[in-house]
Amino acid sequence: MKKLLTVAATVALASAMSVSALAADKLKVGFIYIGPPGDHGWTYQHDQGRLAVEAKLGSQVETVFVENVPEGPDAERTITRLARQGTGLIFTTSFGYMDPTLKVASKFPDVKFEHATGYKRADNVSTYSSRFYEGRYVIGQIAAKMSKSGTAGYIASFPIPEVVRGINSFLLGAQSVNPDFKLKVVWVNSWFDPGKEADAAKVLISQGADIITQHTDSTAAVQVAEEQGVYAFGQASDMSAFGPKSVLTSIIDDWSAYYIDRTEAVLNGTWESTDTFGGMGDEMVGMGAFENMPADVKAMAEATTAAITSGDLHPFTGPIYKQDGSLAAGEGEVIDLGVLLGMDWYVQGVDDKL
Amino acid sequence: MSAYEAIILTVITASTPLLLAAIGELVVERSGVLNLGIEGMMVMGAVSGFAIAQVTGSAWLGVLMAMFAGIAMSLLFAFMTQTLVANQVATGLSITLLGLGLSGLIGSSFVGMPGLKLGYLNIPGLSDLPVVGKLVFGQDPLVYISIALTIGVAYVLKRTRIGLIIRAVGQNHDSAHALGYPVIKVRYACIAFGGMTSGLAGAYLSLVYTPQWIENMTAGRGWIALALVVFSTWLPGRLAAGAYLFGGVWILGLYAQGMGLGIPSQLLSSLPYVATILALIVISTNRRLSVINTPASLGQGFVPDR
Repeated sequence: MKKLLTVAATVALASAMSVSALAADKLKVGFIYIGPPGDHGWTYQHDQGRLAVEAKLGSQVETVFVENVPEGPDAERTITRLARQGTGLIFTTSFGYMDPTLKVASKFPDVKFEHATGYKRADNVSTYSSRFYEGRYVIGQIAAKMSKSGTAGYIASFPIPEVVRGINSFLLGAQSVNPDFKLKVVWVNSWFDPGKEADAAKVLISQGADIITQHTDSTAAVQVAEEQGVYAFGQASDMSAFGPKSVLTSIIDDWSAYYIDRTEAVLNGTWESTDTFGGMGDEMVGMGAFENMPADVKAMAEATTAAITSGDLHPFTGPIYKQDGSLAAGEGEVIDLGVLLGMDWYVQGVDDKL
Repeated sequence: MSAYEAIILTVITASTPLLLAAIGELVVERSGVLNLGIEGMMVMGAVSGFAIAQVTGSAWLGVLMAMFAGIAMSLLFAFMTQTLVANQVATGLSITLLGLGLSGLIGSSFVGMPGLKLGYLNIPGLSDLPVVGKLVFGQDPLVYISIALTIGVAYVLKRTRIGLIIRAVGQNHDSAHALGYPVIKVRYACIAFGGMTSGLAGAYLSLVYTPQWIENMTAGRGWIALALVVFSTWLPGRLAAGAYLFGGVWILGLYAQGMGLGIPSQLLSSLPYVATILALIVISTNRRLSVINTPASLGQGFVPDR
C-alpha cells in the first residue's frame, strides 16, 4: 500500500513537472489594451496583431491580454502583475502607459517591454509607433476633392503630438489640392466615448463641414456621417461596414509584422531596445479600399499612397507655415523627426487654437 | 435644417438617455433605496436590446428586451438588498461591475455589426411644419416616452395614493411597516421600475444614439444620471431640467469649439460638471428645499421586526 502511494506520488509529481516544463518552454507575451478588443478601432487592430503572433508562433508562444486598463496607477498595477506572472515580453499599447511602463521595467530587468507611441526608452523598453500621418495626408487630399463646402470637421481626442501631427498632415494634404481648404477641430477629451464622438460629428456637420474625420477610437462618427449624408473616413481599422455610402477609405494600422518580428527577436535572443517609427513603406500603415469617389480622385489617392510608400513624397515638405504665419519649413525642406515627434503647433488654416 | 434646430436636436439626443436612467433611479431613491448599479443595468439593456434587434430584425423587440434585461439586473439587486439585506452601496457597485463584464461577454459576437436604428416619428403634415415640425413631432419615440415617464412619475408621486405609499416607505420604513404597508414589496416594485428605465436608457444608446454595440458604450452615463437625481432634490421636473441643462451645456461646449473661439477644450469639457456643481450649491444654500424631499431612510436596509 505504501509502495503504491509512493508510485502514485511520483507519477503525479513527474506529470506536474512536465506540465510546468512545457509551460516554461513557451514564451509568454502580454498585451495591455486601453479599450476593449471589440472597439473595432485602435485596440481591435492591436488584438489582430496579437492573433497574428499566435497564428505564426503559436507553438513557441502563449499570449495574454488585459483590456480596458485606464492610463495611470491602474496601468502600473496591471503591468506589474503581468511581469510577475512570468511574461517575457509585454506590449503596452497606449501613450499614457509611458511612465508606468518605465517604472515597472526598472523593477523587472529580465522582462522586455514595448511601449506604443511613447518617447521614453530604457535598456529593456523599446518604443514603436506608426506614421499614421502619412495616411492622413492621403485622406486630406481626398477630402479636398470631395468636399463641396471646402470645410472638413476633425474629431480629436487629446492634444498630444500624435494627434496634432495628424491634424496638420490632413490639412497639408487638403491644401495641396485646394489652398483655401478649412478645417474645424472639436476635441472630445476622450479616446473612447461613442456618444460624445457622435455628438461632435453632428455639431461639425451643422457648422458646415461635409467631410468628417476622427482621431478617436469608435465608429460612431462614421455612422452619423452615413445618416446625414456626408463623407467620412475610417480610423485605425476598416470601417466601411458602418458607412457603406459615406466611407471614402480607412487608415489601417497594421501591427502584425512588427509584433511577430519583436516576438521572434526575443525567442532568438536578439532583442534590444529600439525606436521604431514605421509608415506605409514598412507596411505599418495601410489604406482601405478607395470607395464612393470618382475615378480621377481614386487615381490621385493611389498615386499619393504609392509616392509616400516609395519615399518620394514626405507629407511635411515645405513650404509650411505655422498658424501664426511664421515659416516652419522652407521650400523643399522636410520637417525633421524631432519636431514631428514633439509637434505642438498648427499649420495655417486650422480653425482652432491649441 | 437651421443651425438652431440642429443644436436642439443634438441636445435632445444627448439628454434623453440621462433622463431615462435618472427618472427610474429617482423613484428607487424615493422608496428609500440607493441603487448604484445604473451603469450596469444600462449597459445590459444596451447589449440585449442590440442583440435582439439584430436577431429578430425588429428594433422595438430590442427595446422590449432591453427593458427586461434592466429589470432582471435590478431584481438581482433587490433580492440581495431587500431579501438578504446586503449593503446597498456594495451591491450596487457589484451590479455595475457584473453588468459591464457580462455585457462584454454577451456582446462579443455582435461587435462590428452596423445596427438597426429606431425610426423617427413621422406624422404626415405635422412633422413637416416649419420650425416646430421636426422638433415637436419628428423625434424618435423614446424621447416622447422619456417625457411621458417624467410627467407620469411626477403625477404618481405627488397626486396618487401609490405615490404617497412610496414616499412613506422612503421617509420612514418602520412607520410605514407599522401602518401595514408592505415595505419590501413596494421597494421591489420601485427597484424593478428603475431597472426598466435604465434598460430603456441602454436601448437608447445602442438603438438610437449610436446604433451599434461597443463594449462599455455607456461610458459613465449611469453615474451622471445618479448625480442628476441628487441635483434634482428628488423632484421629477427639476430632474428633466437638470438632464437637459447637462446635455445642453455639453453640446454648446462642442459648438463653441467648432466655431474656433479659442476657449481651451478641457475647460469646455468640464463645463457640464461645473454647471451641475453650481446648481447644487444654489440648491443646498436653501436648507428647506434640500432637506424636505430627501428620503430619510435612503440607503438603509429594512428588517421587519416580526
